[in-house]
Amino acid sequence: MPEAARTQVEHPAHAAPAGFIRKYIFSLDHKVIGTQYFFLALFSVFVGIILSVLMRFHLVWPQAAIPGLGALAPTGAAGGVMTPEFYLSLMTIHGTIMVFFVLTTAPQGGFGNYFLPIQIGAADMAFPVLNMLSFWITFVGLIVLLAAFVVSGGAPLSGWTAYPPLSAIGQIAGPGQGTGQTLWILSIALFTVASVLGALNFIVTTIDLRAPGMSMMRLPLTVWAWFITAILGLLAFSVLLAAGILLLLDRMAGTSFFIPAGLVVNDQMLLNHQGGSPLLWQHLFWFFGHPEVYIAILPGMGAVSQILSTFARKPIFGYRAMVYALMGIGFLGFMVWGHHMFMSGMSPYSALVFSVMTMAIGVPSAIKTFNWIGTLWGGNIQFTTAMLFAIGFVSLFVTGGLSGLFLAQPSVDIYFHDTYFVVGHFHMIMGVAAIFGIFAATYFWFPKMYGRMMNEGWGKLHFWITFVGVYAIFTPMHLLGVVGSPRRYSQFTEYDFLKPLAGVHEFITIAAFITATAQVVFLFNLFYSIWKGRKAEINPWHCTTLEWTVPSPPPHDNFGGRPPTVYHGAYEYSVPDAKADYLMQTDAARLPALKH
Amino acid sequence: MATISPPRRAAKLKGPEGDDGGRFGDGRSGGGGDGDAFRLPLPLRRYHTGIWFALVPIVMLFMALSSAYVVRQGLSDDWRSMAWPHLLWWNSAVLLASSATLEVARRKSQPWGMARHSQSGAKLQLFPVAPAVKKWLMTTLALGLLFLAGQLLAWKQLVAQGVYLATNPSSSFFYVLTATHAVHLLGGVVALAWVTAKCWKRLEPSGRTGVTVAGIYWHFMDAVWIYLLLLLVLWP
Ligand code: HEM
Ligand SMILES: [Cu+2]
Repeated sequence: MPEAARTQVEHPAHAAPAGFIRKYIFSLDHKVIGTQYFFLALFSVFVGIILSVLMRFHLVWPQAAIPGLGALAPTGAAGGVMTPEFYLSLMTIHGTIMVFFVLTTAPQGGFGNYFLPIQIGAADMAFPVLNMLSFWITFVGLIVLLAAFVVSGGAPLSGWTAYPPLSAIGQIAGPGQGTGQTLWILSIALFTVASVLGALNFIVTTIDLRAPGMSMMRLPLTVWAWFITAILGLLAFSVLLAAGILLLLDRMAGTSFFIPAGLVVNDQMLLNHQGGSPLLWQHLFWFFGHPEVYIAILPGMGAVSQILSTFARKPIFGYRAMVYALMGIGFLGFMVWGHHMFMSGMSPYSALVFSVMTMAIGVPSAIKTFNWIGTLWGGNIQFTTAMLFAIGFVSLFVTGGLSGLFLAQPSVDIYFHDTYFVVGHFHMIMGVAAIFGIFAATYFWFPKMYGRMMNEGWGKLHFWITFVGVYAIFTPMHLLGVVGSPRRYSQFTEYDFLKPLAGVHEFITIAAFITATAQVVFLFNLFYSIWKGRKAEINPWHCTTLEWTVPSPPPHDNFGGRPPTVYHGAYEYSVPDAKADYLMQTDAARLPALKH
Repeated sequence: MATISPPRRAAKLKGPEGDDGGRFGDGRSGGGGDGDAFRLPLPLRRYHTGIWFALVPIVMLFMALSSAYVVRQGLSDDWRSMAWPHLLWWNSAVLLASSATLEVARRKSQPWGMARHSQSGAKLQLFPVAPAVKKWLMTTLALGLLFLAGQLLAWKQLVAQGVYLATNPSSSFFYVLTATHAVHLLGGVVALAWVTAKCWKRLEPSGRTGVTVAGIYWHFMDAVWIYLLLLLVLWP
């Protein structure tokens, strides 16, 4: 190809936009879109946290009035005391927001969008318009979800899993099951479409837009994680969409996909349905749902690998094993959905298969864990805030993973299912571990995104309170579960066998208050540093990957039209004979090669 | 700086072609000379890659719906097989024909109909094929619309017989599957119309890519339709 043609090819993305709207609102720039995703998730996580604090308050002091709540929700919480239904609606929106609009957006849509193109040396995503669309569809999805709070009947009660028949039969099943549940389904449908568009973009970008020399096995593990997460999303989300369409038809068009005959709900017999199977929904939902938990956690694994290696000043231990472990986790993740359904009366043989497959995921997970520890081992560790959160991630991943091994035994799970043991498990591994991944990534990449440093002192304060806090909140939940405390109950004070546990619940609630409040430190640090933080150098962490070769924040087309050339893998730390103790991916072969 | 990983760094330093032995070839093969190092992927390749991957979620969507179909049918005793309109056979023929015409358009749009240089640099041929391509694309579009109209008519016939969405699980699935297919085909029609507009005056590389990419999608929706027919015939 003649030179001229090559340079043309080089700017496939788009020209720098002029005007506020094209620049910041309907922007095509992956960095702006990534930032939009990040702030959407940040807003969502604070909504989610407020809801969870309200829930914890009610669980422990069910009769006490919450100031102001009465005015916000006159029917659900007259006088500030919430009804059980209102509690369930908070729980549903909490779970849905956290899983979809926080854990699925920030790590992938946020950091992935921002850094994947830069880390592979591209000017933008492969399809910038699709990228913009996918953000704005997500945004509408969030609005639709939150709208459920203000429509008549309020938000739905059926949890983030929306099991039928509760979710399928409408208003008769409870206040939020009318319009609220319909909005929930629409919101999730929008979300799935947006996620599929996003995933497509990530995959094509990674395959087609890598800079010269950036072979697959030189990709930073962050890129691998985003890439594999995108593949999971591509395979999983449309299954949820299919389930959502069928559920919507059951509600609106009188079909019976999920609704069985002879249902009696609230003393009313449902006559116009027959033959449907609620378990069919569970299969479809969890076929999506289990991969979804990996969609939430894999990008965190990528970021943590990057951060551990950087701050231990050592190459990541077992790069290839890390890549294959990511693939293994992604692959096995599609074979295990039945472990959410051990209680459904499935054949013990199926249960056995699902159980074995589930434990098999432990193998690649353990490989990753050992490699992280191997990376830290004997390293020259710098305990930055990002590093602390990355180590915290590993800790939480191990804790949550261990309780998962218990739940993977059908015989044990039959006892633990729908108890607080499960709540403890998934919060540890999916909730907080992934959140720690997001925090680690935020502290790590903030200097690149804003050209300023976050305050390390506040960062460490934030880390320690949060780290101790989440263990204080979620460890006792395992104990509650062992004793038999059921989940999705709005209060426990009425059950004699749970009375002795009231103190544990109080402890959890207080820990939750403190932990939630500590997040203000993070917020303050974030916003203060955006405007007032110390100026950052181009590469403050002495990291090797491509984003650290461009100015902070990176210019519109990342590399000024000259794509970098890559000569190394992403983890060349502690390089003997190198001038610094690391080699950037763009450093041409120098001293060490001469020795050869 | 103690380390427990083997000292393998020196051996690792290689040129820009990467060290994975081409197993994960990044498509930018060729020597590692300076000139090549700055070669970027063709801007159009992403559309090929994109369309192939875009088929994945669509496959999953239909897999989910059709496994729900099989499961729902096997689980219950309320399933009544339905007699679906013979019109569907005609519609299928139309859809198959549209794939054929699109394939003709695609072939006519390929580089061998365009300006091309032989090894020696002499021009082989140079004549505008755009009108032919246009004609076949328009035919395809017409057939696509005809198929959609036919599907609509088939629904009308069912409704006239009193077979509605909620009449029986078999009819529910019939409507859901055909509607999902129709929506996707409608997307194909829109895309193809856009590509046709692009090829209206001249056939540029982007237009050619458009025809190919739309073609992949179109044939795929054709295959999905045949799959659905088989499903409906074999598990009525
Ligand atoms: C301050 C931190 C948090 C607290 C105190 C908290 C508390 C709670 C409580 C009380 C429930 C209801 C349990 C039940 O009745 O069954 C719940 C459910 C849930 N939470 Fe959290 N949560 C927190 C953070 C998170 C995060 C970060 C996530 C992100 C994934 C998350 C995801 C979920 C999910 C998926 C459910 C289940 C909802 C359902 O069953 O539909 N939570 N949480
Ligand atoms: Cu699972």
